[in-house]
Amino acid sequence: MQTHQYDVVIVGAGGAGMRAALESSKEARTAVISKLYPTRSHTGAAQGGMAAALANVEDDNWEWHTFDTVKGGDYLVDQDAAEILAKEAIESVLDLERMGLPFNRTPEGKIDQRRFGGHTRDHGQSAVRRACYAADRTGHMILQTLYQNCVKQDVEFFNEFYVLDLITDHDLTTEEIADGEEVNATGVVAYDLATGEIHVFQAKAIIFATGGAGKIFKTTSNAHTLTGDGMALAYRRGLPLEDMEFFQFHPTGLAGLGILLSEAARGEGGILRNSEGERFMERYAPTIKDLAPRDIVARSMANEVREGRGAGPNKDYVLLDLTHLEPAHIDAKLPDITEFARTYLGIEPYTEPVPVYPTAHYAMGGVPTNIKGEVLRDGVNVVKGLYAAGEVACVSVHGSNRLGTNSLLDINVFGKRSGRAAAEYAKTASFHELPEDPTVRVVEQLDEMRNRPDGERIADIRKALQDTMDLNAQVFRTGDSLNAALADIRELQKRYRNASVQDKGKLFNTDLLEAIELGFLLDIAEVTVVAAINRKESRGGHYREDFPDRDDANYMLHTMAYRRPPEASDQAEGHVEGYFDHVEEFDGYKVVLGSKPVVQTRYEPMERKY
Amino acid sequence: MTATLEAAAPSPAGEIPSFTVTLRIRRFNPEVSEEATWEDFTVEAHGTDRILDALHKIKWDEDGSLTFRRSCAHGVCGSDAMRINGRNRLACKTLLKDVNPDKPITVEPIKGLPVVKDLVVDMEPFFASYREIMPFLITSGNEPSKERYQSPEDRAKFDDTTKCILCAACTSSCPVFWTDGQYFGPAAIVNAHRFIFDSRDEGGSQRLEILNDKEGVWRCRTTFNCTEACPRGIEVTKAIQEVKRAMITRAF
Repeated sequence: MQTHQYDVVIVGAGGAGMRAALESSKEARTAVISKLYPTRSHTGAAQGGMAAALANVEDDNWEWHTFDTVKGGDYLVDQDAAEILAKEAIESVLDLERMGLPFNRTPEGKIDQRRFGGHTRDHGQSAVRRACYAADRTGHMILQTLYQNCVKQDVEFFNEFYVLDLITDHDLTTEEIADGEEVNATGVVAYDLATGEIHVFQAKAIIFATGGAGKIFKTTSNAHTLTGDGMALAYRRGLPLEDMEFFQFHPTGLAGLGILLSEAARGEGGILRNSEGERFMERYAPTIKDLAPRDIVARSMANEVREGRGAGPNKDYVLLDLTHLEPAHIDAKLPDITEFARTYLGIEPYTEPVPVYPTAHYAMGGVPTNIKGEVLRDGVNVVKGLYAAGEVACVSVHGSNRLGTNSLLDINVFGKRSGRAAAEYAKTASFHELPEDPTVRVVEQLDEMRNRPDGERIADIRKALQDTMDLNAQVFRTGDSLNAALADIRELQKRYRNASVQDKGKLFNTDLLEAIELGFLLDIAEVTVVAAINRKESRGGHYREDFPDRDDANYMLHTMAYRRPPEASDQAEGHVEGYFDHVEEFDGYKVVLGSKPVVQTRYEPMERKY
Repeated sequence: MTATLEAAAPSPAGEIPSFTVTLRIRRFNPEVSEEATWEDFTVEAHGTDRILDALHKIKWDEDGSLTFRRSCAHGVCGSDAMRINGRNRLACKTLLKDVNPDKPITVEPIKGLPVVKDLVVDMEPFFASYREIMPFLITSGNEPSKERYQSPEDRAKFDDTTKCILCAACTSSCPVFWTDGQYFGPAAIVNAHRFIFDSRDEGGSQRLEILNDKEGVWRCRTTFNCTEACPRGIEVTKAIQEVKRAMITRAF
């Protein structure tokens, strides 16, 4: 075992983690721990753009952007956070440009902008050009630029280190915390993939920037490594998860594969058609059509397929038509995604429409934070020294449905904020004592998995999980389908306890780490489904066929899910009789749901029409 | 409900039946033996399956100890460069049907970097070369309050080299790099090019000086292996030539 001491430890080296590192490493001794080489992070797969009301190509302002974000999130957005997102967007894009990011340019040499779903001029009048972009590899350019600047600033990285535990000075899973008492995050425990050695990092401040959990689904745009590690670690240590029922299904995944084709394809003029060649989005969103927010487009596509108007031999997808666009225009603006269609499906987008179907893309929910990025341990109180930013976090700027281009924005705005806040905090804070043996839980878990004699294969359990989530908790959900998913997950949790790995070695044991990651996936799928069962309304990315309407009177609240020991109270903060009062018992623990108010500043909830 | 192309569903590109394929994989595990060996695995594959899918099938159904890196699985993260039938490619971008599945497909780690285990190599020397060419924008004076302007024409001059995903397919395909690990290698030069030809950058002469070193661009023998290997379609050799030309024409 090795121990390290840093003022700030950042877990994750995607956009949020590295943006935070660029701030904190200027002020405080900082280490970035990442399970991948930083340039492998999934920020690099983001394509279309980053929203900011620069008004470089047409009238725009941050207030319109705030409104679009709130409306896009079906009013479950915390409006104070959305306002910060939209205001600070402008400086965030300029920061990146000054760091060297090669944006596409207007003829005058300014940063060019293009249309994207749900972004409108003057509160929904028409689509507006707000997305700053670099061809269809904006995320790649952001990830590269941030890494380049980390090299420039000599940021210290621990690459291919898996963080497997969070250490706090109170056990939130069992202890009652007295009013006014502080809870501090004191360190993390990590596993070095190359050697199998355990490292303890003691820190004054810790930032979680571990990304999403798309691998709970089978059809997903997410990388194999997006297994919800940060969310699961916080949750297991007694911290709540917020709004986990809201998962975004991106409309245009390559059919059958889930590989992302950017919304920029529609921003540049691409059209969705059904088997009859009809531009069906005209029926669902008459004003902005194909550029409606993702939840609406994904549902519309799934509905076309369900009503028999799907294309292809099995009528199970729709078509993304780019054939009316000039090949030169496609090459300049959408080179990567058209290459994906060629490489993986053998489709030539110049002349043939591309088969597409919704793909699990983004977790709107996550570890709750305030606008400084501090992690909440209930509706109000923070864990001192613990921060989260990016997809792992829930601020909540995305509410129940994120707008396209707002996630690259989120990682930059809240990555920067959390990096600054953590460094600032570390200046006055002192190190807290670690428990006598901080690694005990991790070592036990690893040994148990490694030493278990022949059991079931990890991959079989993972596949069963992903299959049931796709079947029962995707675009359309019902109480029955969600309960079926939950029954499957219970069974899989049991099977997981008897699963084993074949690789028993120390060096680069990815077999072992995949097994650990499956544990995270099971916990995240479980809490996602429990929260979805409880929310008996349809809002944003969460659509309940048995409750097809939004119910503001009873559900205009964030879901807060806590994992507790069986003997703990059945009431969590924000308990609302009949609505946020669900308790789900499991083997050895239970999930207790509470709620948190939505912050509303200037926008009254309205019906969401586009 | 979800669209899938698996099972017997014909792909929209036309029907490609399932088939069996043998992967002949270079195995190495220093915990077991100092010797690397070849091992054959035969798996069932479908029309759109890639090498990565076959590797996963082996790892998940047959031998969990088979070790390789991967993440995004669609050619943008750069984790899974390997030598497939003697050519450097990304496993997630190479369809089985495109590499003649009738014969065993050989899969080896990329060359010129120390092998850690099976298909995993130590990437540190590769990233060290990258860091040496100062891969970041260098400017002087005060930061502008708005963005720096750049014409679309100036932006186009380095567009090709911004695509690099640092997968090392180019560098580890270069015969000069194989024989001389000190050589910067194509990827580092590509990333130097990305800044040397960026009109906003003022560090060009420093980078050219670094690359004028005896282990710099002049070691390139223009074999075009790197261009062929690049999964992003970057014209790597051309970029190296442009850097060489800049060295001659720019006074530094």
